[in-house]
Amino acid sequence: MREELLHLLENNGRLSTEDLAAMLGTSQEAVEKEMAELEASKVICGYRASVDWDKTDEEYVSALIGVKISPQRGQGFDKIAMRISRFDEVKSVHLISGSGSDLILTIEGKTLRDISQFVYNKIAPLEAVVSTATYFVLRKYKENGVILGEEKDIDERIQIMP
Amino acid sequence: MKSYNEVAVGLKPSGIRKFFDIVSEMPDAISLGVGEPDFETPWHIAEEGIYSLEKGKTFYTSNSGLKELRQELAKMYSRKYHVDYDPLHECLVTVGGSEGIDLALRALCNSGDEVIIPEPCYVSYKPCAELIGATPVTIDLQEKNNFKLTEEELRAAITDKTKILILAFPNNPTGAIMTKEELEPIAKVCIEKDIYVLTDEIYAALNYGKNEHCCIASLPGMKERTIVINGFSKAYAMTGWRLGYAFAPAEICGLMTKIHQFAIMCAPTTSQYAAVEAVKNGDADIERMRVSYNERRRYLVKKLNEIGMPAFEPEGAFYIFPSIQRFGMTSEEFATRLLKQEKLAVVPGTAFGDSGEGFLRISYAYSMDRLKDAMGRIEHFISTL
Repeated sequence: MREELLHLLENNGRLSTEDLAAMLGTSQEAVEKEMAELEASKVICGYRASVDWDKTDEEYVSALIGVKISPQRGQGFDKIAMRISRFDEVKSVHLISGSGSDLILTIEGKTLRDISQFVYNKIAPLEAVVSTATYFVLRKYKENGVILGEEKDIDERIQIMP
Repeated sequence: MKSYNEVAVGLKPSGIRKFFDIVSEMPDAISLGVGEPDFETPWHIAEEGIYSLEKGKTFYTSNSGLKELRQELAKMYSRKYHVDYDPLHECLVTVGGSEGIDLALRALCNSGDEVIIPEPCYVSYKPCAELIGATPVTIDLQEKNNFKLTEEELRAAITDKTKILILAFPNNPTGAIMTKEELEPIAKVCIEKDIYVLTDEIYAALNYGKNEHCCIASLPGMKERTIVINGFSKAYAMTGWRLGYAFAPAEICGLMTKIHQFAIMCAPTTSQYAAVEAVKNGDADIERMRVSYNERRRYLVKKLNEIGMPAFEPEGAFYIFPSIQRFGMTSEEFATRLLKQEKLAVVPGTAFGDSGEGFLRISYAYSMDRLKDAMGRIEHFISTL
């Protein structure tokens, strides 16, 4: 049941434990217990709304930053990656394979200037950082498995069919 | 003007026509009446169809269908259902499962032959039999048997004129399935009485029981008297592509192909290319959708039983068939009042045969939000009775 529960919640974090229990064919208590365990062990890292900020009046810019690192003896990439991860502006940090960059960061801010200042002032000067490359996001087409900007789903099926 | 074909004129219109008309006049009504998946065709499958068009593959295929597709289908049936078919002589690609049903009956039945049709069931078997002058003989399946066909019921329906039995499990509208153990006595009777079986397995991939769907052709002595009908609509969410397939012994398959050749020529080429990708690489899609249907199925079984519309647990397809007998109304009255009062459309069981009286067909090929909304409406409706 654990994996199926996780898939359901990953897809819709707002399902009630009552509905989850019915869908999984188990009791509400069992679902609550399982979720508590998953939360405690940080398998479930949170529940949040997936927001398309482009549809709001809020000023919003994001960028992907490639960061080339010179790994430190005994610590590899972990120490510098953790240090970068602690900035609130940094939304995600991934260590990647392939040439070019070692880390890919996602950074969010209100303006292009916010982001370039942040990279210039906070990321580039770090001792282990060899170089950075900033890729501003011009438009998001798909986020968290959802295609953005599409019309609301309309059920085009014939309503009554044998 | 001269008169029209008497059989066509005499066919009863589908029992759901009236509901369809009311629903289409009610823009704010919601429906649990569809007969197709709520998923779109998985993109890697649709994309193969598009690619085939880009490559200019816009010509007829052979009458039987793309060889590669038939080979993949034969492999799939062998792997999943343990029946081996020769893809070149025992497989035909059709326009939906529906065409296969029509072809099989045309290939086998003479005027006056009897076709045994256990009801409730999908609506096309009876008219297809009537259109070729065969006589439909219906069996009223019983709720107490979970709408499965029993040996006794079958024996009672067989006469000297019986040609073929139609089996449709997992079943639309009841969601019933039949296991290997339950099919064995049926197979025994078919062999003993020398009758053919048309098994409509369009919902075979949507099976929530402990075991994989059992194809009756896999039982000893059955392959030579069985025509398997299946398709891409339900398993791969490809209803609009209109693509199905049939497996049958070479002689029968040859007859079906001959009729298909004159009536249809070949199934749509674009759909066939998409289908090759579906059979080759679509198992994960089937499983993803099956898991999702299963979650909604469990939710509905629990909810309907809680609110006083008892339903036996369906183990296949995406329908549930709750009883409304305790409310003292016919299925049609109940469904009509539910639609008018709560603006919720479901299909009366009688649309699928007389033995559907006292039941409703509810489809769970809908989002959880829709299902919850609908259960709220049914609960409210019951509280007003």
